[in-house]
Amino acid sequence: MSREVSGSFCKKRTKELLISWRALQNVPRQPDKSFLVLFFKKELLFALFLLWASPAFAFRIFVSNEKDNTITVLDGATLKITATVPVGARPRGIVLSQDGRQLYICTSDADHIEVLDLASLKVTRVLPSNPDPEYMALSHDGKTLYVANEDNSQVSVLDVAEGRITSEIPVGVEPEGMAVSPDDKVVICTSETTSMTHFIDVATHTVDASVLVGTRPRFAVFTKDGSRIWVSSEVAGTVAVIDAATHKVLHTVTFSLPEVPTAAIQAVGINLTEDGRYAFVDLGPANRVAVVDPKTFEVEKYLLVGQRVWHGAFSPDQKFLYTANGISNDMSVVDVDALEVTQSVPVGQAPWGVVVAQ
Amino acid sequence: MVAAPRLGAGLLGCAGRQLAASVAAGVLCAALGGPASAAASDVGVVYLSLDRHQPTPSTALEPVASDTGLRGAQLAAADNNTTGRFTGQSTVLTPTVSRDPEALVVAFGKALAAGQRLFVTDVPAGLLLRLADSKGAGDAVLLDATSADDSLRGADCRANTLHLLPSRAMLADALMQYLVTKDWRRIMLLTGRGPGDGLYADAVRRAAEKFQVSIRTDRPWRFNPAAQQADTGHYQVNDEVVKATQGASYDVLVVADEADNFGDELAYRTDAPRPVAGTHGLMPEAWSPVMDEYASTQLQLRFRRMAGRAMTVADYGAWLAVRAVGEAATRSGSVDPARVIAYMRGPDFTLSGYKGPELSFRHWDGQLRQPVLLADGRSLVSVAPMPGFLHEKNDLDSLGVDEPETQCHVK
Repeated sequence: MSREVSGSFCKKRTKELLISWRALQNVPRQPDKSFLVLFFKKELLFALFLLWASPAFAFRIFVSNEKDNTITVLDGATLKITATVPVGARPRGIVLSQDGRQLYICTSDADHIEVLDLASLKVTRVLPSNPDPEYMALSHDGKTLYVANEDNSQVSVLDVAEGRITSEIPVGVEPEGMAVSPDDKVVICTSETTSMTHFIDVATHTVDASVLVGTRPRFAVFTKDGSRIWVSSEVAGTVAVIDAATHKVLHTVTFSLPEVPTAAIQAVGINLTEDGRYAFVDLGPANRVAVVDPKTFEVEKYLLVGQRVWHGAFSPDQKFLYTANGISNDMSVVDVDALEVTQSVPVGQAPWGVVVAQ
Repeated sequence: MVAAPRLGAGLLGCAGRQLAASVAAGVLCAALGGPASAAASDVGVVYLSLDRHQPTPSTALEPVASDTGLRGAQLAAADNNTTGRFTGQSTVLTPTVSRDPEALVVAFGKALAAGQRLFVTDVPAGLLLRLADSKGAGDAVLLDATSADDSLRGADCRANTLHLLPSRAMLADALMQYLVTKDWRRIMLLTGRGPGDGLYADAVRRAAEKFQVSIRTDRPWRFNPAAQQADTGHYQVNDEVVKATQGASYDVLVVADEADNFGDELAYRTDAPRPVAGTHGLMPEAWSPVMDEYASTQLQLRFRRMAGRAMTVADYGAWLAVRAVGEAATRSGSVDPARVIAYMRGPDFTLSGYKGPELSFRHWDGQLRQPVLLADGRSLVSVAPMPGFLHEKNDLDSLGVDEPETQCHVK
């Protein structure tokens, strides 16, 4: 009998078990009401004045809920749900149009992209996408959507104005992560089973380079200057930082949470602050967001959020990060300066993506 | 000799054409057994399968597929070749499916002579050992895609063989971990007459001791299952199950019936109201059509689209085997079999199996370490290792035979 797995050993580890079990089962945090009351007492009038005086500061948060086929709309200031919009089957990836007036929604099981008008909150157009669109990226002129078709190993290039697919680019198995370089010359696609980051030349629509990364790469994002790409790998539980020019992996960020089973540490969404201070990495069923210093690649802190955190988005002033938590059906609010989770807000069933629009 | 089918584009392998033509043919695909003329970027994989007699299933609900295993290998070759578009590597799968063990031995020898070194097998233990011990097979690798035999990972292990599916010991450990987690620690063991049944029961006995689960009653099942097909036969079956389970005090009835003779006839018919687990009821398995966690929906859909049926455990084992070759070729940047084999066995090799953690081969017995699913026919119940069953090196090694206790001493 192996000593490591014998019953007595297991008993000794009961405490650790309970800790890890609780870590996995953590209930969504309730809003800190005392804080809110205090806030409102002191700041209510001023806040109201600001809202009235400068409506441009007002913003809304949009969350895609992949199980109940809705988009939850929240007011950015109050974090109250202002609308729940029914859309097509299995909405996952969501992207804001260039003018900020429309939301493009990958309704994966409906096999198309829906366009939600943010003024009327009505789906006004349906765009073709080829089967199983999971995630997409928009060119900076707002004219072209690059869509990952998870089920048939290709990227579809969609002319938004014409509503027409102009090109299909073969990539690896189960493409998901999509990103467009700041200069619009390169599109990144990560394919999960192939474990590659593909560099697609926008001019020729061909894959120029494919970089092997950790198992199941799910998400890619360019740094603001376009020099690097951060790519998360779900099964490996790592993030690769790739040099955009040389296509070399410069660094691999790893995560360690003794109280969480290794398999639960799955890197998914990444949000980079524009000032280069932090990279926030969503760790899926580890129920944590890792705060990484982009200069040293060291993890500074792990923030406990809701269960199975998928993706996040910053408030317009980058003071808050909102994360979609797929199992606890809520959205966590991270105070970026304090590096603390201040609130959790119930949204729809199986929230997946978050977008903020002013 | 016919050139081997290329599997990159059309997925039209041996089975697609041959099975449609004639399932009854004694040698299904042996005619296609010859290796392809290899290009510099080709990774040749030879798939050898013994087409065994399949007993009539106890229910007509599930269609009997005659191409299990092969379809998994074909899907993995297609997956490899999607990746291969970017690496320039191409997996070339050459399947030989036969009812005649000798035909497989001949095909194996020919492939070795032609320079093939990467083999995926779907054969019973005796034939696997014969192939592994063949002259000239020393520097080849046999990826055993479908067996669960502990002996092949123990006293009868071979240095040139790797095992993709969990051993019976791993399956039994997974079940016992679940029972311990539920605190259902008293079991009754009911064992059929098939050779696999005895081995399964042995694995349950070993695992019960390991995890301090008490086998309160250990009985053979002797009743002839044919009664269930007769009109009013269910009365007789019910009586027999009551008799077989009377006078025992236990939490769970664990059944060892790999040949599917009587396991389906136990639930709801026992003397005391007790759940059924083991080869039926709550089953520890490498794979299940009900699995939809860890993005496995993608694999399930891909397989269904290609094969027109659900992915079986054998399909999953063969898929893992061919994917392991592809992954090792991609990561080592080589199609040279020696380098592919070395990488596969090396410390950096990992495989994504749609079950959560990365999978890798245990160096002491060539077993692929992996989570074991606990599922019934309709839902995923849990995945072992259960939380809290820890191991100093890798929690997956809490399942099956660990390094200090291995009886495999071939290096």
